[in-house]
Amino acid sequence: MDWYPLYNSLRIALIAGVVVFFTGIFAAYYVAKLNRVAKGILDVVLTLPMVLPPTVAGYFLLLVLGTKRPVGAWFLERFGVKLVMNWYSGVFAAVVVAFPLMYRTARGAFESFDETLSYAGQTLGLSGTYIFWRIRMPYCRQGILAGAVLAFARALGEYGATTMVAGYTPGKTATISTTVYHLWRTGNEALAFWWVMVNMAISAVVLLTVNMLERKKK
Amino acid sequence: MSLFVDIEKKLGDFHLSTCFEAGNEVMGILGASGCGKSLTLKCIAGIEKPDRGRIKLDGVPLFDSDLGVDVPPQKRRVGLLFQNYALFPNMTVEGNIMAGLKAAGKARREAKALAARIMERFYLTGLESRRPCQLSGGQQQRVALARILVTNPKLLMLDEPFSALDGYLRWKVELELMDVLSEFGLTTLFVSHSRDEIYRLCSRACVMTEGVSTAVVPVKTMFREPQTLAACQLSGCKNYSSAEPFGGDGGTGTRVFARDWGTVFACGRQAPKGLRCIGVRSHAFRFLSWDEPSPDTNVMECRVERLVEDVFHMVVMVLPAGAPADSPDARIRLEMPKETWFAYADKNPCGEGDRIRVGVEPEDILLLT
Repeated sequence: MDWYPLYNSLRIALIAGVVVFFTGIFAAYYVAKLNRVAKGILDVVLTLPMVLPPTVAGYFLLLVLGTKRPVGAWFLERFGVKLVMNWYSGVFAAVVVAFPLMYRTARGAFESFDETLSYAGQTLGLSGTYIFWRIRMPYCRQGILAGAVLAFARALGEYGATTMVAGYTPGKTATISTTVYHLWRTGNEALAFWWVMVNMAISAVVLLTVNMLERKKK
Repeated sequence: MSLFVDIEKKLGDFHLSTCFEAGNEVMGILGASGCGKSLTLKCIAGIEKPDRGRIKLDGVPLFDSDLGVDVPPQKRRVGLLFQNYALFPNMTVEGNIMAGLKAAGKARREAKALAARIMERFYLTGLESRRPCQLSGGQQQRVALARILVTNPKLLMLDEPFSALDGYLRWKVELELMDVLSEFGLTTLFVSHSRDEIYRLCSRACVMTEGVSTAVVPVKTMFREPQTLAACQLSGCKNYSSAEPFGGDGGTGTRVFARDWGTVFACGRQAPKGLRCIGVRSHAFRFLSWDEPSPDTNVMECRVERLVEDVFHMVVMVLPAGAPADSPDARIRLEMPKETWFAYADKNPCGEGDRIRVGVEPEDILLLT
């Protein structure tokens, strides 16, 4: 059996997870500080990919990254790198789709933070960076970890935007979800079932992790 | 050490405008919740930025809107004890106390030694590795105080320090705090809605109402001679009547007419300009037996409306006979030890609905503007 789809899926989800972890946290932190109007607008924009069909997100990605589109063309010309139809194209798709999950959960966690802890830290002479990493983040730890796990799971299962941006090339851009679809379509039901089982196992572990994190919170 | 504050800040409809000076003392700010006490402390700590004004500590400006000075909270050396103590929940007791020392650039060993010494002073030895959630309310406050004092602040601010505690513990912690305050001898701002705490802990105090603070006066004066209705209410007085100077007594001007009670009172001093009302404390009234000769002034005939038995006191609600029919402030609350009440009730009919006579000394009439 060819394990490439598992390897590729995990690789994409891990990279996308790390990217989304940091961007989601910082977006959540800074959006929470904005005034109401700016907050409302940014909140809609940043959460939109969660409610849009992934194919729509993929469409927008192609508009930007396609070889004849501004960013895609520039990268191709300058670095000789094709941003679409490569394994890392899946990372772009996964980041866009998983970002809102991280952003939303992190924002919820930050909103529950007791600001007096930050005030107390400031009057004790602690720097803003110290307060953020050593007080705010540990306080919101559970919510942020739960968000990261959810975002990772979403990135792992991404299909719609991925097929549009990365396509399905065995041994190159194939992920678990695109492989399942391809195998089923070509009548290889036994192998499709295998991959479904693999996917179920991973998802179960992820959900278990989230539940354990949430129980610890109480 | 001295603190000078003169600031203004607008927050929506709320307007804070306060000005005071504190020397090497414990100065109190007495005010109801939401009056701007905590906001004032936050402005001094540098967490909130006033719209305009000046804050000076030992003559050094911490904030000055004219000079464009706004020292960040980290550099102000101002300690603020929060209502909920704001201990860092993810750190141990020792970690909490050492956080400020490490930020000040102390070496680990030195910080540990300093923390150990202050923990001994605050009876925290043995609790070093506990988390804040594993401590009692009193212990939490001691950790919070130790954490502040170990960083050697120039000013200590206490925001309702006992509100998270109850009953017996509250009293115990208050006694401990008195010791700490006299031992460390820091300029201290003490904020509370409790007149008793202010009276016991502070040398001078001001009253804050809806964002505006009064002049700072010695607490004894503040309670003996409150000047305004708001200050008087905060000092615990419960009986008020609108009042006006009563003329026609040869110009001494010490008589006032209490409209809501329909009675003329002789007062201990001259009625001030802009007199609005008078206040009389619940325990200042004296019950007069019907067989006693009536004094010339300051006597009211009243009807008993309601008797409420308290733990050690009897509370008697009465309505003055001379009260106008539509007066909302007319009902008076009288309070006395139970023995006094029962001794009186033995000889005089004073059930609900009965008529009684009460007297009040001229010095006990509080003239308010």
